[in-house]
This record gives sequence, structure tokens and C-alpha cells, in this order.
Amino acid sequence: MTALLKLEGLTKAYPGVVANDDVSFEIRKGEVHALLGENGAGKSTLVKMIYGLVKPDRGQMEFDGVPFAPVEPRAARATGVAMVFQHFSLFEALDVAENVALGMENPPSQRELAARIREVSEAYGLPLDPHRTVGDLSAGERQRVEIIRCLLQDPKLLIMDEPTSVLTPQEVEILFQTLRKLQSEGTSILYISHKLEEIRALCDGATVLRLGKVVGRCDPREKSAAELAEMMVGSKLQPPIRDAHEPGDVVLEVSNLSQASHSAFGTALKDISFTVRAGEVLGIGGVAGNGQDELLSALSGESPAARHAVKIGGEEIGHMGPNQRRQIAVLAAPEERLGHAAAPGMSLTENALLTGAVRQGLTKNGFLKWGDTRAFAELIIKEFDVRTPGPENAARSLSGGNLQKFVIGREVLQRPEVLVVNQPTWGVDASAAAAIRQSILDLAEAGAAIVVISQDLDELMEISDRFAALNEGRMSKPQPARGLTMEEIGLMMGGAHDMEVAS
Amino acid sequence: MIRLEKRPSPSRFWAAATPVLAVIATMIAGGILFAALGKNPFEAIRTIFWDPLFHESFAAYSRPQLLVKAGPLILIAIGLSMGFRAGIWNIGAEGQYIMGAIFGAGAGLAFYPSESFLIFPLMVVAGAVGGWAWAMIPAVLKTKFGTNEILVSLMLVYVAENILASVSSGLLQNPDGMGFPGSRNFGQWPAAANTEIFVNSGMHWGVVTAFIVVIFAYVMLTRHILGFQIRLTGESPRAARFAGVNPTRLILICLGLSGALAGMAGLFEVSGPAGQISIDFGSGYGFTAIIVAFLGRLNPIGILLAGLLMALTYIGGELAQLMLGLPSAAIQLFQGMLLFFLLAMDVLSNYRIRIGKTEVA
Repeated sequence: MTALLKLEGLTKAYPGVVANDDVSFEIRKGEVHALLGENGAGKSTLVKMIYGLVKPDRGQMEFDGVPFAPVEPRAARATGVAMVFQHFSLFEALDVAENVALGMENPPSQRELAARIREVSEAYGLPLDPHRTVGDLSAGERQRVEIIRCLLQDPKLLIMDEPTSVLTPQEVEILFQTLRKLQSEGTSILYISHKLEEIRALCDGATVLRLGKVVGRCDPREKSAAELAEMMVGSKLQPPIRDAHEPGDVVLEVSNLSQASHSAFGTALKDISFTVRAGEVLGIGGVAGNGQDELLSALSGESPAARHAVKIGGEEIGHMGPNQRRQIAVLAAPEERLGHAAAPGMSLTENALLTGAVRQGLTKNGFLKWGDTRAFAELIIKEFDVRTPGPENAARSLSGGNLQKFVIGREVLQRPEVLVVNQPTWGVDASAAAAIRQSILDLAEAGAAIVVISQDLDELMEISDRFAALNEGRMSKPQPARGLTMEEIGLMMGGAHDMEVAS
Repeated sequence: MIRLEKRPSPSRFWAAATPVLAVIATMIAGGILFAALGKNPFEAIRTIFWDPLFHESFAAYSRPQLLVKAGPLILIAIGLSMGFRAGIWNIGAEGQYIMGAIFGAGAGLAFYPSESFLIFPLMVVAGAVGGWAWAMIPAVLKTKFGTNEILVSLMLVYVAENILASVSSGLLQNPDGMGFPGSRNFGQWPAAANTEIFVNSGMHWGVVTAFIVVIFAYVMLTRHILGFQIRLTGESPRAARFAGVNPTRLILICLGLSGALAGMAGLFEVSGPAGQISIDFGSGYGFTAIIVAFLGRLNPIGILLAGLLMALTYIGGELAQLMLGLPSAAIQLFQGMLLFFLLAMDVLSNYRIRIGKTEVA
């Protein structure tokens, strides 16, 4: 097979950081090529250059033997490059066909387009009704909209950025079948992920990036996941450790929690009940948008619930607001770092005050103790290895992983008795993720009751004592995590809803 | 090629430097405008910015006027800036200013001709209450029914103007005024007059209050949890909710505070420089204060300076009309340019400008 895309010495520097340094590799026709690397290794910058979103400082590309330097995504698409982003760019209020039409240069009539969407969706086993409103679709279905939008362009190279992070195991299987079918038709796929088992199952070749440089090339089918991880990180990873221990008394008790969502396309919580004991980690899985945000809001106190729906140590606290809950050591860390857990334009010191004011005693008669607040911010930075020049820097100047460490550290250092976290390691590199998980386990060790909501099943299996899944606002009955099979987890997460492959 | 590159953190230097640059750019563009009108641009700029302060014959008159004009602008703008920082847009300060004047004047006139020393303090409190109550209308409608405070507060300005017209030839009309519209003149009633503290300084009680409020606002924004909550809400409403800020309470506080300060400004004006409730009492301070708040970067110290600068362009503008025959529209345009340039220059504090070719194919 000949090379479809050839990269030579691509270099891109941003102020203060070289995102890509002399990166060269090639993707053959019909190859599924993995781009591996931790967060911040330069994967995103690299694919943005291929897709024409970012111009390289140096180096050249060749596509199908012809020099290739897209000035904008439109040029890249015209050449035959299509991309499915990690974050979807869809309008929730429009239907599938309208969303697809918005991404096209010369969209055909809606009727014709709907027919083509049906045709493509059947040909590739991606069931999708062109007339459904995107707001009502699951994350997996939304991804199909993006994929079909790409496939309608008949691409020679399809770039997929972390496509499985929002899918159930069954949906992942459907996606892989689609990708294999595309491959058999000669389409090349550049597959970005840090899920190593997936890459071993799917890809023919892999390029590993670390700190912007290519540090290895391999055939992932010949390597073990541990070997791939070592190539990515550059050192051996320490899996989180915890000693076996007996959980204590029930601390957090949620009973028959039902609550409407605060956002129009949110998911209402329906009759959720569970308990968490001291020293126990309850992992809650599920595809994004099935009530995770709403559950966190109900537990953090942002959307107070019925008084009796949430109890701490037998005391009814469902009606309490966030600060009242903080007073009794019930803390939370939401998923969205910028704009929810932290204010982007404010300094880390100010962000330390954001949730720390109550428990750390950072105010006196309403006046702020800036000295103590700064010291608290510095403590978080030190204890959680947050890489930043200092606490006076704005939250938005930190990388996602560093800010996540800050946000988690801020709650952990406030000695919670109940901690609820949503997506604690989302977009965080492997070593930072390990550190965050370890800190959560240490907290459990010290007797806190912990709820971890996450879409990363590997993470949940690694740290949870018990596991439950959210599906359309309902929660499955928590099961002991040890011994659960992927099959069982998948059924808990999705039930059997729209798992069938279109025939 | 010129490119804009987002800064990781907003630049403190440029945040302070942009107002200065905006003033300079306004002078240049304004100079071109004046030249096009056939006036000597240097003379016009000098008349607006320099003569009110330093001209040998006018300055003695115009310097006190600077404080008289800046006082209400600063007082109102400080109140508005609190709400603006939290993303609560009170556009109706003019209405609250008028209602404050009516309430305050009415409370005082109810006791006419008492000479008690409590009259003036009573009027100040009543003025604040009047402005506060008027601002509570959009606040309550917003928190109860989710109405848009911009529209409601703005519409209430016109209601207030009509109430003003009504009371000045009705309820509060001077019984000894031989049928002319307008209330009794507070200047002739010492117990209710907002007098200058030092003769010919322009420093009346409203100006003193404005300065005190600047200090309070500064302390609150930088050292108090309420100020932090206001800033946090403006920066990120969802994070504010997570931090335990009650949005309803904050809306009531911010609108109430800005209303009360605007009402007080109205009272100080009616009992001092204006002298009486009359149909043309509303002079647009409530609207100009919006410009002052933004020109001062919603920062109390900035607003203090911006209020003085705005007052200067008013007085200088009047002087330029008088001395050079510049049309008043040109002066208004000039003030508008100031806000325009300020907002345009804002880009510098959030973005870095890169000039030249940086990319290689």
C-alpha cells in the first residue's frame, strides 16, 4: 500500500510551548493509524494542522503524492480529509438532516438529504432517523450525526478525536464495525485515543507522541497495553493502590430523589435511591447526558431537592444550599472546570475562595482574608503538583489537567466527609489522573464517603467498591464492582436501548 | 498581516492604559471632526480639556462646576457598576434619579416650613428609598417572572418622567408660585438646602457622598465577600451558583443599591444645583452615568476619574459652543466617540497584536 498522507518535520510553537516538534509519519491507504499520547502531547495540534485549522510553523505535508497545505478546513475537506471532533458542533434545536446540511458546502434539498442520510446510515450500520431533533439524541447518536456528516463527503482520510469517550461498550462495538467497513473500502482513518485496548483492537499502525515529539512507532497489535502506556508516559505507571478495608456506617443516603433539570435539554432525575458508607467509593457510570450533571447539582446543593431526599448521617439535608452543605463537610467537584468548578478569568487565589470560604474560614464578618486564601491556594498548588507560576494566574491560563488537579485538590484538602466528583480525570494526562485517583482513594481510606460519576469505565472499575449506572435519569441498583463483566456494565448503562445494528 | 492572539490572562497594564489611549484617540478623531467643521482643532481641544481647568477668566467658575457635574455621575455610576459587574443591567438609573428627587423633595416639603436640622437627612433617606423602590420594580419582576431588567428599567424612565411632569404642576407645585409649574425652591429654605460645604468649591453634600461611596465600593469589591460574589456572578454565573451565591438575592441587592444611589443623586441635585422639582429636572445624568461606569472599567477609582473626565467634556463642550460656536451635536458626538474608542481599545487587554508574517507554508 502507498502513503495517503505524509507528514514531514511538522513544527508548531505557541508562546511558551512547542506543541509539535519535527513530527513526521505517514498513513497508508486503507490504514487505521493510531495517534497516541497523553493530554498535552500535541495530538490535537497535529490534527488541527492536517485539518487546516492551524498552520504549521515549519514542515510539509503530502496528500496522495501532492503537496498539501490546507489554509482552512474547507480546503482540507475539498482534498478529502474529514474530521469528527471530540466535542460535537451540533444545534440541539434542529433535526439531524438540518444539522448535516449546515456542515455542507452545497446542501441538497432536505428530502434528498434525508434519503442520503438513511442510505449512508444503513450502509455503515449506524441507525439514525434524519428527522429527529438533535436535543433528544444520546451522545452516541449525536456522534453518528457527525460521522454521517463526514461520510457524505466521501472522505479519503477520516480523523476521529477520542470518539469512544462518550459511548457505551456496545456502542463502541458498533462504531468499530463501521470503521472496519470504511477501512475495507480503502478509507484511511487517523484514530486519536488514549484507550489502549481499543487501539490494540482496531489499529494497524501507531505513532506515539510525547511532549510534541514522536517517541515511537509500532504495530499496536504486537504490543501489550502496558508497553504502549510506557511509550506514552515514558516511565512505568503506578496503578492506584488501596488496602482492603471494611466500609463503615452509612453516611450518605439518597432516597427517591426526583428532580426536573434546570436546562431545557437536560435529563430529569427519576426516583434515585442509593447509600454510600464511610470509606466507600460508589462509582456511577453512564453515557453523558443521562442525568450526571443533575445528580451532581442535587448532591452539591446547587439545585436543592426535597428535604428528605438526601440524608447525611441520618440528618435530612436535601433542601440545603451549597454553603450549608460545605459547613457539614459535604463537598463536590463538578465536571465542567471552566465556568462551573472555577471562574476562568479569576486568579487561582480567588478560585480557592470560591468553595473554600466556608470550611477554610477565609472570611471574617464578611471580609475576605486574602492572605489566608492565598496560602490555601498555594497549598493546593503544592500538594497537588499544579503546574503554574503562581496563584495570581487566571484559571483559564492553566492547562485542563492542571486546573483539574487544582479543582480536585481544593475539595480534597477541605477534609470532606462526603465528596461527590463528576469526571475527575476528564482530559487529564495519565500520570495526573493516577495522582487524582490516588487522592480520592486516600480520602476513602481516611473514612470519607465518595461518589465518583464518570464516563471512563476503566477508571470506575479501578477505584469503585460498588458500581451503578445512570440511564435517562434513572439509576441502576449499585452492584459490587469487583467481578462485573463489561457485558453486565453495558446493560446497566444502556439497557438495550437502540443497540441494534441497522440491517 | 495583523493577527490577534488571545492572552492567557488579561493584561493589567493594558487594562489601565486603554482609557488613556481612548482619550487620546478621541482627541485625534475629534480634532479631525472639528477641523472638518472649519474650526481650529487644537483650539477646540484646548477649549474642551484645558480651559475649564486653567483659563484665567473661566476657570474660577468652571472648576467648581466640574465637581457639581461629576458628583451625581460618579454616585450613579458606582451603583450601576456593581450590577454591571454581576451581569445585571440597570439601564433606568435616570428614572430612579428622578424618583429619588421626587420622593426626597416630597418628604422635605411635607414639613415645610420647619427649620429642624433633621429635614435634610430625612430628605436624603427618602431620596434613597425612592430610587430603591423604583429599581425594585424591575428587580422583583425579574426574580419572580424572569422579565428582562434592561427593558423594564428603561421603560420606567419614561414613566418617571411623566410622574415628574405631573407632580411639578400638581402635587409638589409651589403654592406661592403664582401658577408656574415647579416646586418651592430649596435654595430659599436653609433646612432643606444642599449647600456647598466650602463657598465656591462646588463641593456640596452629594459630592462628598460620591467620594465616600467610591471608597466603600472599592473596599467592598476588593475585600468583602459580597464584592467577590458580584464579580464571580459576572465572570461565571454557574460557578457563582456552585459557590453558594443566591442569584435572586444578588439581583435584589445590585438593583436596589444602584437605585438607592441614583435616588440619592437625584435628591442632592434637586435640593442643590437644580433647586426645585420642575418638568425639565431630568438632565440625562442617569444615562451618561452608564458611559462613566464603562469608561471607568467598572472600577470605583476608574469611575471617579471617568466621572471627572466626563464632567470636563460637558463643561468644556459648553465652553466650546459658546466660544467657538461648535454645534452641540458635535460635542455629543465627541462624548460618544470616547465610549466607542474605549470599547474598541478593550481588545488590547484581552488580546495581543502580532504584526508580520509568521507562518511558513
